[in-house]
Amino acid sequence: MKSYVSPDYIVERDQDRCIRCKVCTNQCSYETHCYDEEDDCMYSKSENCVNCQRCATFCPTQAITIRENPNHYRSNANWNQEILTGIKKQAETGGVVLTAMGCDKPNLSYWDRLLLNASQVTNPSIDPLREPMELRTYIGSKPDKLELDFSSGDAVLKTKLAPQLMLETPIMFSAMSYGSISLNVHKSLARAASEYGTYYNTGEGGLEKSLYKYGDHVIVQVASGRFGVHPDYLDAGAAIEIKIGQGAKPGIGGHLPGEKVSSEISETRMIPMGTDALSPAPQHDIYSIEDLRQLIYALKEATDYTKPVFVKIAAVHNAAAIASGIVRAGADAVVLDGIRGGTGAAPRITRDNVGIPIEMALASVDQRLRDEGIRNKASVIAAGGIKSSADVLKAIALGADACYIATAALVSLGCTVCQKCYTGKCPWGIATTDLWLTKRINPEIGAKRLVGLLRGWSLEIMEMMGGMGINAIESVRGNRLLLRGVSLTNTELKILGVRMVGE
Amino acid sequence: MNKKMTLKEVVNNNPDNLVVSESLAKIDATGLYYRDLNTLLRSLDGNGIEKIEIRNVYGQRYIGTDLDDHLNIDIYGTPGNDLGAFMRGPKITVHGNVQDACGNTMDHGKIVVHGRAGDLVGHSMRGGKIFIRDDAGYRVGIHMKEYLGKRPTIVIGGTAQDFLGEYMAGGVLAVLGLIMKDELHDARFVGTGMHGGTMYIRGNVRHLGEEVAIVEFTEEDNQVLKSLVKEFCNYFDLDAEKILDSKFNKLIPVSSRPYGNLYAY
Repeated sequence: MKSYVSPDYIVERDQDRCIRCKVCTNQCSYETHCYDEEDDCMYSKSENCVNCQRCATFCPTQAITIRENPNHYRSNANWNQEILTGIKKQAETGGVVLTAMGCDKPNLSYWDRLLLNASQVTNPSIDPLREPMELRTYIGSKPDKLELDFSSGDAVLKTKLAPQLMLETPIMFSAMSYGSISLNVHKSLARAASEYGTYYNTGEGGLEKSLYKYGDHVIVQVASGRFGVHPDYLDAGAAIEIKIGQGAKPGIGGHLPGEKVSSEISETRMIPMGTDALSPAPQHDIYSIEDLRQLIYALKEATDYTKPVFVKIAAVHNAAAIASGIVRAGADAVVLDGIRGGTGAAPRITRDNVGIPIEMALASVDQRLRDEGIRNKASVIAAGGIKSSADVLKAIALGADACYIATAALVSLGCTVCQKCYTGKCPWGIATTDLWLTKRINPEIGAKRLVGLLRGWSLEIMEMMGGMGINAIESVRGNRLLLRGVSLTNTELKILGVRMVGE
Repeated sequence: MNKKMTLKEVVNNNPDNLVVSESLAKIDATGLYYRDLNTLLRSLDGNGIEKIEIRNVYGQRYIGTDLDDHLNIDIYGTPGNDLGAFMRGPKITVHGNVQDACGNTMDHGKIVVHGRAGDLVGHSMRGGKIFIRDDAGYRVGIHMKEYLGKRPTIVIGGTAQDFLGEYMAGGVLAVLGLIMKDELHDARFVGTGMHGGTMYIRGNVRHLGEEVAIVEFTEEDNQVLKSLVKEFCNYFDLDAEKILDSKFNKLIPVSSRPYGNLYAY
């Protein structure tokens, strides 16, 4: 069948600058560039290009420019390019339109309509370069009260504390499974988390054996596929996360296609090579809050109550009530993943239409848990579209204990958010298991870049805190007076628990 | 991790519930909360105990979780949900029925049930064996999977309910149909989403899932089934020859990639 889908991008090559070094040919895994020996000339097949910018970045003479295809269909606010192209693709394949990374539509973000405060005159701001600033964060259930014994002269803590994770900055690396991303990316994340004093999440693809040594900085995930879940895996992690849902695809399961299940992946997931790794939509031992409690405590029993157990849900309409149930079920932390959360593969229709923005979910969950007097019983972790240190700080002011980042971490490693992770051909060597491509990430350099990101964001958070005259992140937590809203309706402001600018 | 107590300390701490003689420990679980029972089991584990008898079990969950591999555990009564969840090693014999999710994500070991089982027997199981003498509930063996030498096995003596072997990705699931009224298993959607492993079912199935097919037995199948039925009969004092001398259906997935062509790229 003749395809009516026109190329998304046009690759332009300045033949005067091109030295026919073939770097572009070697770098592109989509076979966009080719060399014609007879004519001694480089050609490009624009229809293959995904605009990942790998070739343009590595071209030594900047000979390559990639532009959006100017041959757009007639402008139409409703029947736009994406809609028309999607329909044509579906007509030709009869399939579900796949995409990757987080929702790319505007209007679903509130971070940019929330503004932080600063001190002027009435309380002094603090210079974080000269004064101590505290970003250390503990994730886990906090007691209702602390009992101290003074009989020996010193204060001795009598209350038995629940297990906690100690973070040097309120940022962790969110779940991305080994299989959806490469081993070298996992190594980079594990090393960076260990070095900076935070945590990386395995996702549901198991923990590769060479990474067990980073266990103190690993959160191991238990999801519906239960891939690579066994006693050693549960024992290895510092915490266990039960994945119920993901912001990019609430309510649906996942399929790691057989092509991506290489011998290495099959060893860690413990399934045969080449079979689809199917994650069912629900966990079939969880049909209720009571069942969730059963799995939480099964995992606590399996690790002798030594590790916090997180429960991750996609932010959905009744997230507040669900989160209350999760806390009452005994979770040590609730993870909320908003509609802009990333993915290695999801139906576009689900990614862009299902779920709610993290800001609203976070504000309503925090408020609900406070109203019910159980906010201390679990930490709240915000995820899904956290793209800057300001987003982290705003999330904490809205009530989060910490944030998970994933897309930002991948961007620091080279990702350009081209949204083609599901092809498994990532030219940046990130979302692929092809050994020829995965070499492109050097774990040592990768870890350095990730640590750079964590340090940069942490410094920025300290700057902004200092500006507000605050020297401990604990004083920002749930302190919505530090925020003001702009261009928001009264209802939005009410749910966010935030006043209007100027108020 | 809590500091390990010596066996003497464990015995002294549990005067009402525990009697130890040499390598045998007898526990009276009357009124014992599941956490306390499992803490007690963990404190016996690695303390020279080889066999544990637990009497008066009424619904205590997670028995067998986080214990070492050499223990033989005999349970009298009805253990609660998630018996042997994430278990690696012990052999558990239940003299009674078991509730839901028996052998949930079990890694290694054995569970023998002299009675019935609830739903989700062997959910996501990746190794070890489960033998249920009578019937089992819904979604038996859902998403069980195998890798190299690790091949989980479930044998159900009676019949099982709908979604038997759903999403099954590996392992062996045998249903012997020993206590059925007629030759027909009433389960529907048997093997829905199945993409690995093998089911052997004695008698006919009312309704198969779309992703499975009935195929001919090979010599290897005969060997596998024979040894499983023999082991089963050994536990429950039954005649293996008589059971094997009847028609079995072998079910395998049509594809290891049932959902390969759902997407538009």
